[in-house]
Amino acid sequence: MSPSEQRSSPGMSEYRRREDSITLSPVEEQLGDPEDGHAAGRTQELLTLNFGPHHPATHGVLRLLVTLQGEIVHDIKPIIGYVHTGIEKTAEDKSYWKVIPVVERMDYLAYHFNAMAFCGAVETLLEVEVPRRAQYLRVIQLELNRIMSHLVWLGTSALDLGAISMFWYCFREREKILDLFEMSTGARMHTRYFQVGGVAEDIPPGFAAKLRGFLDEMPGRVDQYGALLNSNEIVLQRLRGTGTLDADALLELGVTGPLLRAAGNAWDLRKADPYCSYEDFDFKIPIGTVGDNYDRFAVRLAEMYESVKIAEQALEGLPDGPHITDDRKVALPPRHELATSMEALIHHFKLVTEGFRPPPGEIYYPVESPRGELGCFVSSDGSAKPARVHMRDPSFVNLQAFSHMAKGGYIADLIATLAMLDPILGGIDR
Amino acid sequence: MRRSAGRSAEPLGTGLGSRVDVEKLRVRELSPSQLLRGGELEGPTPGAHLAGTDLERHVEERVMTTTLDKAVAWARSNSFFPATFGLACCAIEMMSIVAARVDVARFGYEAFRASPRQADLLILSGRVSIKMAPIVRRIYDQMLEPKWAISMGACCSSMGVFNNYALVPADKFMPVDVHVPGCPPRPEALMHGVLKLRKMVQDDPDMGWRERYGARGTEEVLPGEQRRPAAVNVPIEGDTAGA
Repeated sequence: MSPSEQRSSPGMSEYRRREDSITLSPVEEQLGDPEDGHAAGRTQELLTLNFGPHHPATHGVLRLLVTLQGEIVHDIKPIIGYVHTGIEKTAEDKSYWKVIPVVERMDYLAYHFNAMAFCGAVETLLEVEVPRRAQYLRVIQLELNRIMSHLVWLGTSALDLGAISMFWYCFREREKILDLFEMSTGARMHTRYFQVGGVAEDIPPGFAAKLRGFLDEMPGRVDQYGALLNSNEIVLQRLRGTGTLDADALLELGVTGPLLRAAGNAWDLRKADPYCSYEDFDFKIPIGTVGDNYDRFAVRLAEMYESVKIAEQALEGLPDGPHITDDRKVALPPRHELATSMEALIHHFKLVTEGFRPPPGEIYYPVESPRGELGCFVSSDGSAKPARVHMRDPSFVNLQAFSHMAKGGYIADLIATLAMLDPILGGIDR
Repeated sequence: MRRSAGRSAEPLGTGLGSRVDVEKLRVRELSPSQLLRGGELEGPTPGAHLAGTDLERHVEERVMTTTLDKAVAWARSNSFFPATFGLACCAIEMMSIVAARVDVARFGYEAFRASPRQADLLILSGRVSIKMAPIVRRIYDQMLEPKWAISMGACCSSMGVFNNYALVPADKFMPVDVHVPGCPPRPEALMHGVLKLRKMVQDDPDMGWRERYGARGTEEVLPGEQRRPAAVNVPIEGDTAGA
């Protein structure tokens, strides 16, 4: 009789039954050679440690079943699904432009990226051309979002490693970015700024000056973070040489983003497959050398400088023109037209009540999110609602490399590795 | 004007257990100067040179009377220990109330506790899935009384924009004291919710707002010591009183 059969009883809920069906690693380990008479039959017990779903270091509600041999991590089983929200299924029940707010809430630190992947996919299906001003405005928002996501990562990761002051510095700058978001989009998080065919509104007066002020200040701030952490012996000891995984192993596991770049593979979709006019901007891809936790930290820190550079270039070269496509079948007409034009009123009514109908087909649209390749798959059956929306979330794919990184290391390094992995559970469970 | 202290004909303190004989008590009237000096003790005391109305004003400015309940409620409401418990998007905004701009430490709520046993405020920051609900309930049960819960954001108050098969509103499985609307609420909104809770706790926790939704007595009970009153006419296991 297996342990799971012993525990199951007729009154058991389906949830509990599934929970118990998780196979644990062996809890006993054979010592010595079984053939050897002296050591035969001698075993030692391994410790199975439940870690999460409520734990401050799991960055959300990740649950890990860790098998420990003393202090050494023997095996890890991640258990996910604790914030499963059914977003993909909900998206099938909404017209295309009403899907944007729900997909934004998947990876909740990269909301502009979720919206970008979805809008890009639908735009490709519809063959709508996005005005260049809208593309540049998108780039500004995306790069600010990338800095913001890295700031939250840096603050919380440093907190896991025992440095509380980083948290305050990072959230101070994060508030400045959110002020910019609030100015241009009207909301701090989940802005719904990206529309199919462009962005919701042009930037308000005064935004450019405020953004320029922030972009001038930010590199100095990143210098300070680097100065604070790179000279901290505890941080260096905990990051250097821990959680190492080489580029080939990462590629086999499908890992992308800063984790892959830290191992020396300069794969970045902004360069490899430019979207949203990223080919116009001059920036570098920071890469690491060995792929340990320190490289992951250093790559993300360097990416903040590059994001500042991209946003600066997008602001300087911001072209004139409309901020959203003038295709009335896709984008709402301007408000003032409704009073004078019957046609505009009809378009407005059709879009709000029914939405647009993309031609039948399938599309996969990947973008480079702060955590790696974030792709949106949209399948259209010709109706006003998508037949299927699926997100290839980088956190989900990157998490499967976690046990390979942490196995064989100390339990304390597991915390550092998980922090440098930067998983967002909202994106993993969706 | 003289103030009388404890000169009531009623039995003193119902909590004493037995009836106190009032006749045998030595009743003493204290003047303001004695109050300040601590009875009849000798020695220089601030205000000892004052007399008459000056002395009375001096005392009224310095002595405050209150009930123990109110003093305890005041202390409790100004030192919530929130649990470090994040669920989804709202958790990021919950973190930012600790950060520099909103700075929850101004009100005394900055001590986030990783263990629910040390916390007395659970901020449900994000969407609660059906898989997570039993765990959230268990964490709430593990907290010791007195404890409060804030449901932050639309998801755990009403399932929010999703409103689908996967989510469950917090009120379905645990008592919630304050709901903070927003998706996610701004840090200022959460701060406002926490201060609302402070006002509720300070004003009068016994006005019944906690009893109304059964928020008392939800401490965790281990399986061995479970003594739940069973349905009518069903004897509780091990209880032979009615046999």
